[in-house]
Amino acid sequence: MKFTLSWLKDHLETDASLDEIVETLTRIGLEVEEVTSPADRLRPFTIAKVLDAKPHPNADRLQVLSVDAGDGAAPLQIVCGAPNARAGLVGVLARPGDYVPGIDVTLSVGKIRDVESFGMMCSERELELSDSHDGIMDLGEDAPLGASYAEYAGLDDPVIEIGLTPNRPDCASVSGIARDLAAAGLGTYKENRPAPVAGEGACPVTVRLEFGDTPPLCPAFGLRLVRGITNGPSPDWMQKRLVAIGLRPINALVDITNYITFDRGRPLHVFDAAKVSGDLVVRRGREGEELLGLDGKTYRFDDSMCVISDDNGVESIGGIMGGELSGCTEETTDVLIESALWDPVNIARTGRALGVSTDARYRFERGVDPQFCLPGLELATQMVIDLCGGTATEVMFTGELPNSDRMIDFPVAEVKRLTGLSLTTPEIKGVLTRLGFWVTGSGDTVKVAPPSWRPDVHGKADLVEEVVRIVGLDEVPATPLPNLSAVSGRVLTPGQLRRGQARRALAVRGLKEAVTWSFISRAQAEAFGGGRRDLELANPISPELSDMRPSLVPGLAAAAQRNADRGYPDVALFEVGQIFGDDTPKGQSMVAAGLRRGTAGFNGAGRHWSGNAPVVSVFDAKADAEAALAAIGAPVEKLMVLAEAPDWLHPGRSGELRLGPKTVLARFGELHPRVLAALDLEGPMAAFEVYLDAVPTPKSKARAGRSKGALDISDLMPVRRDFAFVVDEAVTAERLLKAARGAEKTLITGVTLFDVYRGAGVAEGQKSMAIDVTLQPRDRTLTDEDIEAVAARIRAAVEKATGGTLRG
Amino acid sequence: MIDKGSHIGHLKWVLQEFCKAFFEVDELKMRFRPSFFPFTEPSMEVDIGCDRSGGEVRVGEGNDWLEILGCGMVHPNVIRNCGLDPDEYQGFAWGMGIDRLAMLKYGMPDLRAFFDADVRWIEHYGFRPLDLPTLFGGLSR
Repeated sequence: MKFTLSWLKDHLETDASLDEIVETLTRIGLEVEEVTSPADRLRPFTIAKVLDAKPHPNADRLQVLSVDAGDGAAPLQIVCGAPNARAGLVGVLARPGDYVPGIDVTLSVGKIRDVESFGMMCSERELELSDSHDGIMDLGEDAPLGASYAEYAGLDDPVIEIGLTPNRPDCASVSGIARDLAAAGLGTYKENRPAPVAGEGACPVTVRLEFGDTPPLCPAFGLRLVRGITNGPSPDWMQKRLVAIGLRPINALVDITNYITFDRGRPLHVFDAAKVSGDLVVRRGREGEELLGLDGKTYRFDDSMCVISDDNGVESIGGIMGGELSGCTEETTDVLIESALWDPVNIARTGRALGVSTDARYRFERGVDPQFCLPGLELATQMVIDLCGGTATEVMFTGELPNSDRMIDFPVAEVKRLTGLSLTTPEIKGVLTRLGFWVTGSGDTVKVAPPSWRPDVHGKADLVEEVVRIVGLDEVPATPLPNLSAVSGRVLTPGQLRRGQARRALAVRGLKEAVTWSFISRAQAEAFGGGRRDLELANPISPELSDMRPSLVPGLAAAAQRNADRGYPDVALFEVGQIFGDDTPKGQSMVAAGLRRGTAGFNGAGRHWSGNAPVVSVFDAKADAEAALAAIGAPVEKLMVLAEAPDWLHPGRSGELRLGPKTVLARFGELHPRVLAALDLEGPMAAFEVYLDAVPTPKSKARAGRSKGALDISDLMPVRRDFAFVVDEAVTAERLLKAARGAEKTLITGVTLFDVYRGAGVAEGQKSMAIDVTLQPRDRTLTDEDIEAVAARIRAAVEKATGGTLRG
Repeated sequence: MIDKGSHIGHLKWVLQEFCKAFFEVDELKMRFRPSFFPFTEPSMEVDIGCDRSGGEVRVGEGNDWLEILGCGMVHPNVIRNCGLDPDEYQGFAWGMGIDRLAMLKYGMPDLRAFFDADVRWIEHYGFRPLDLPTLFGGLSR
């Protein structure tokens, strides 16, 4: 919303300076976005007179002018190409050193075809006043020589632009802004209520609101004919204000409607009565109906939209834009002025559906003052008669003005309760009254009726906001929170703790934390088991961000590839974030994922004199996943490793970590070559995903201070024994280790695989697996018999589970 | 923050203390402007004092303002929809973009880099995993 300072003062009697006004606007919630003064840009330009114009000796189209700058100095020699330059013309002078905005040039003394030029006479386009470049400006003989052109032209009126929040339709008008400023103590609001204009005879055009059984999209409609007018350019003062706020003056009738839209927040429309045939019907649009709008575009309607039609068809998009064919031109002699009310929600929907944004739509969709519908029509009538002459008929009014009366019981203590601000009842009542609220009562609770122009005010909290914004938020003292406990309790949820634990564990392992988008491309989603319709975005920013991610790995793989493309091929990245299995809250889960590329292993990357780092493999990914699981408290030693994995992982170099037969806690492996190829990635890439939500939370809450049991360690030396078993190729290490571990529950404290051998001495189709078993005695040193007994149980258990025998 | 007594005065204090601690300045000019959000009433936007004269934003100096967050008293309808009586319970809410705050604190010029995962950027702006900044240990690293 833009307005000028002089315009504001039409509605506000004030001595306040521009700075005070700007500061107050922001303080009361009408945030000033910009203050511009056209005069600043035009300050250097002065009014000067051409004394003499002679042909240029070396150019046919140029003249050499002698110009009196009005400063008492000798005339300036200026070379000019304008066809209208002539002796006696009074125009606008720019001198060397002046910046001319329209041509983006700072002038210097120039030589044009061997004749020196000490400045230029400007056209309107050169000063960015209009697009006119037919010649230099011709101000008329009485313009004062030497004076500032901006001042002479009345362009020294600062333009203020405020960013209006959607709850304040009343301040989409200069008068509404003035009312708010007056309430804040910056002067006196001038009521300026339009006086009714007496009409002669009934309006010959009647209006019917025809909505049948459907909700009325236009509750009230006022119309009036003014006959015998002379349309033409609107007066200078009006054009200047419209131009200042960025509107293009068209003709007096149209300019009046635009002026009142901004002056009072009351959009109007004018029809050329000669082009309207029959009565006006306000109704829903019909499929296939069209209108050529005032903006030159054609709009097509359906029955969700509201139109104004006559015998010729649709003439206007109700409350949004009029039609070109029934619009007013300089030839218009009889004008129909419309002032109506429209359903705000329907205006917003229609505007969106048609893709049309107008000053009328902006106001109607936010909610105009219903009580100003008819006063606005009177004001427009008066301005038409004042500026264009003519005689008005009576007002044709149909429909009903909606009742906007509300009564709020307002305990004045609410102000203190919600803001901490101590104000007296008279102070509170004073603010509300100055804003136009009707307040009655004097006890603890007063009755407040908001004015018709404030559709946003419904309850007590709204009234508190009105009071505190006008009194000023600066008046609210910053108040320390009461200190309820010396030491605060735990605030992080188990989920938050896990995320932190996983992050730190992975960062310590040398992976760098990345944040990638939750949206990925369709191709990425499909390659990673996604691409479901319900996870496709309705309105993606770009095709590269079209689907919710089913996995963090595609984002990390793309990030690693970007680094590789920049010359950093060995990167290890991780991310903790959400993945999406479907479009329900349950389908969303928290994951810690990581990816290593090239040789970025745990022990470093690249070449080194002591040995080059190997390329990353499934085992790097497995170790990372186990580290993250251990960090969040998952029972890593109890997990099963299965050679199963989703199809985006290499089938022979991947696996899953499960707790029990069904609960998958992690997946890891090298990316499938097909996925790499499909997504233009270069491997090797080894990745893992840990499903943080899948790890069960410990069931029994440990007793306070006793979350760990007492430590029981033995003073006796542990005993280690190695066993080598020959097993079938299909037997996994997992099976063998599990069998050995379970052979004896009290003495065996550790079993690890330290060698796998195939070749001479071992039959084809078999392999030798060597394990290292640790026995920890508890109460006495183990004898050879004790150890042999355990060894026998291990041999038996392994043979039973795997069919393996001790290697001879 | 919802309880039976927290008001705009407390909100102002919390945000002032946060901003001073986060930007590590002893004095910080702050401006609370009335604004509009559908879920708070009254609603405010908050600006902090800064200096833009050198081409970069310096928080805590100068005479310019920089909008950093929106806040307000939680709307009675929100409290009611959470199953509490808005005549008994009240409180405040605020929200700020953490990436924007990081840009301001560290003078990062481009938001897009946050999501690019360029290892050079991560190494430059990242923290050591076992030495994260704390209030009592100091926020600057």
